Amino acid sequence: MTAAPPDLECRAVTKAFADFVAVRGVDFSVPAGSFFSILGPSGCGKTTLLRMIAGFADPSSGEILIKGRSMREVPPNRRPVNMVFQHLALFPMMSVGENVAFGLRRRKVMPAEITRRVEDVLARVGLAGMSGRRIEQLSGGQKQRVAIARCMVLEPDVLLLDEPLGALDLKLREHMKVELKKLQSEFRTTFVYITHDQSEALVMSDTVAVMNHGVFEQVGSPRDLYFQPATAFVAGFVGDANRWQGRVEALSGNAVSIRTEDGLVLRAHAADGALAASDAVAVFVRPEAITLSREPAAMLGLDTGIAATITGILFNGANSRALVKVAGQREFEVAIPQTGAFAGLSVGDVVHLGWRADQARAYRAPRP
Amino acid sequence: MTASPAIRRITLALLLAPLMLWLGLLVVIPHIDMLLLSFTEKTGVRQYQPGLANYRTFFVEPVYWTIFLRTALMSILATLLTLVIGFPVAYFIAKLARGRSKAFLFLLCLVPFWVSELVRTFGWMILLRETGLVSGALQALGLVSGPVELLYNDAAIMVGLVYTSMLFMVVPLITALDSLDDSFIEAGYDLGGSGWSILREIVIPHAMPGIVSGSIVVFMLSLGNYLTPVLLGGKDSLWFTGAIYTQFITRFNWEQGAAFGMLLLVLSSLIVWLGLKLSGQTLSRTVG
Ligand SMILES: Nc1ncnc2c1ncn2[C@@H]1O[C@H](COP(=O)(O)OP(=O)(O)OP(=O)(O)O)[C@@H](O)[C@H]1O
Ligand SMILES: [Mg+2]
Repeated sequence: MTAAPPDLECRAVTKAFADFVAVRGVDFSVPAGSFFSILGPSGCGKTTLLRMIAGFADPSSGEILIKGRSMREVPPNRRPVNMVFQHLALFPMMSVGENVAFGLRRRKVMPAEITRRVEDVLARVGLAGMSGRRIEQLSGGQKQRVAIARCMVLEPDVLLLDEPLGALDLKLREHMKVELKKLQSEFRTTFVYITHDQSEALVMSDTVAVMNHGVFEQVGSPRDLYFQPATAFVAGFVGDANRWQGRVEALSGNAVSIRTEDGLVLRAHAADGALAASDAVAVFVRPEAITLSREPAAMLGLDTGIAATITGILFNGANSRALVKVAGQREFEVAIPQTGAFAGLSVGDVVHLGWRADQARAYRAPRP
Repeated sequence: MTASPAIRRITLALLLAPLMLWLGLLVVIPHIDMLLLSFTEKTGVRQYQPGLANYRTFFVEPVYWTIFLRTALMSILATLLTLVIGFPVAYFIAKLARGRSKAFLFLLCLVPFWVSELVRTFGWMILLRETGLVSGALQALGLVSGPVELLYNDAAIMVGLVYTSMLFMVVPLITALDSLDDSFIEAGYDLGGSGWSILREIVIPHAMPGIVSGSIVVFMLSLGNYLTPVLLGGKDSLWFTGAIYTQFITRFNWEQGAAFGMLLLVLSSLIVWLGLKLSGQTLSRTVG
């Protein structure tokens, strides 16, 4: 017996427009029942990739397989995938129930059976008894759920979602994130979700692919992306990070010592393979990875320790930051632990900062 | 800036004045006059009295109401034909054409309206008459043995009406279809719809306001058309506007002509109202 094929597999998928390559040699596979996100900045080719999976565009080269079956020449209305559109595309001339029933009617399901399944799926997304409502009578979150119900009622192998939360306000977006994850695990359907919002991707996904300029920079679990970003782009894009440019001064194995352009000396971990002395590098340190203390003694045992002056406080509840500066150098950000110990911190205070070498990740700087 | 209510009222009155003058002088007053005229019977030379005789004539003389019925049915048919031909054109321009070709195609629809209706209709006559281009071409190809007269029949009238009305159908349809987001059509396909079911369940319902307003305009234009039926249909075109013309000009029976004019107005409004009822549309939804 061979293992079941993955629900979705892309092999070297490339999409070239007349004068522009939007997706370049993308390779990945999504196991059944998992939540796969594609995270990338605007214009990196996410929608283009998703439209190829849905069948609205043909790859210039490469192959897309769903449950092991090639999708070449299969039109969108015959693919076992459904898509939640960026602006949902709920049919305004139909009621909620008619929207959800649209796909079932196309499959010539018996009317009684349609009614039953529509009610059933609406109940599962928390919209029981709403099938008679008109679309414009729904709230943003309810529309979202109708769009998902309209796809899920067809029991697709893969559900594609194109930034479905983009149009919602912040509060609702936070709520729908949790909701979506719950729905996915209830339906046990494979979700392919695209977004430019890293927190959406990190919170909901089993696996995240970070996309930039049409290529996948890294595919991994949210933890991997956060703790072991494979490229400088991922390190800068996923989570917040302070970034320095510098040169390698000394190295032993993966432990490198770096002098930044403005003279800061710090110890870091070479994250993308072997570096050589005097290589140009970019170093990333997350604000929350920096130990903050008023006592120099707290820096003992840390690989880098510096003293700096507070130049600004950015209060934001649990995400509060301090802007700090070493004389003659660039400002950077440090997270302020909200334990009360730093409640009195104010501009002009001198603090001590430190981090372990493996929390500073050095990448070979992209050649200009 | 705050203006006193009196000034604001005057401003409003001044702004509305041209419209009111236009409506009043050219629409309302002539119609009131027509209405009064239509209820006047001629009893002798220069002798008139109020009465319903002119209206009675319409219902009693079969020739008149059959002409009206024929005109109405032909106009409905012309409207349907225009819709059927215009819809794919509008769909192509609104949804499939892009950028400059879109503007160009739209312009192409407008071109016929740069020449007067009279010239356009003569164009059709040049094509369709016995010694015309089509007849000549058919003979040259050996498909017919002698010259054929393609003018002066109902088909010629229909061709002329559809041709004249096309723009008034295509423009509202393009406007309606333009506002249909492509993602609705894609979502339809994504959910397993076929081209036909998407057209029926998504595109047509969305375009309904455009279909209704286009149809009303085309129907009214066809019903009230005089030139096309007379020139392409000949003396026996039996178009209701022809009957009105005859009363006013040939018979010099203005009272009868006025009654026919009023009847045309009332009956055509009735047909439009019926059409709206049957298709489940309302005028306010179409306009709004
Ligand atoms: N039909 C097309 N012809 C030419 N270029 C295109 C076409 N469609 C998309 N592109 C280009 O491909 C790139 C990727 O577009 P895409 O819509 O996939 O971006 P995206 O990642 O979804 O961005 P966003 O987050 O803003 O939605 C863009 O630079 C876009 O200009
Ligand atoms: Mg997009």
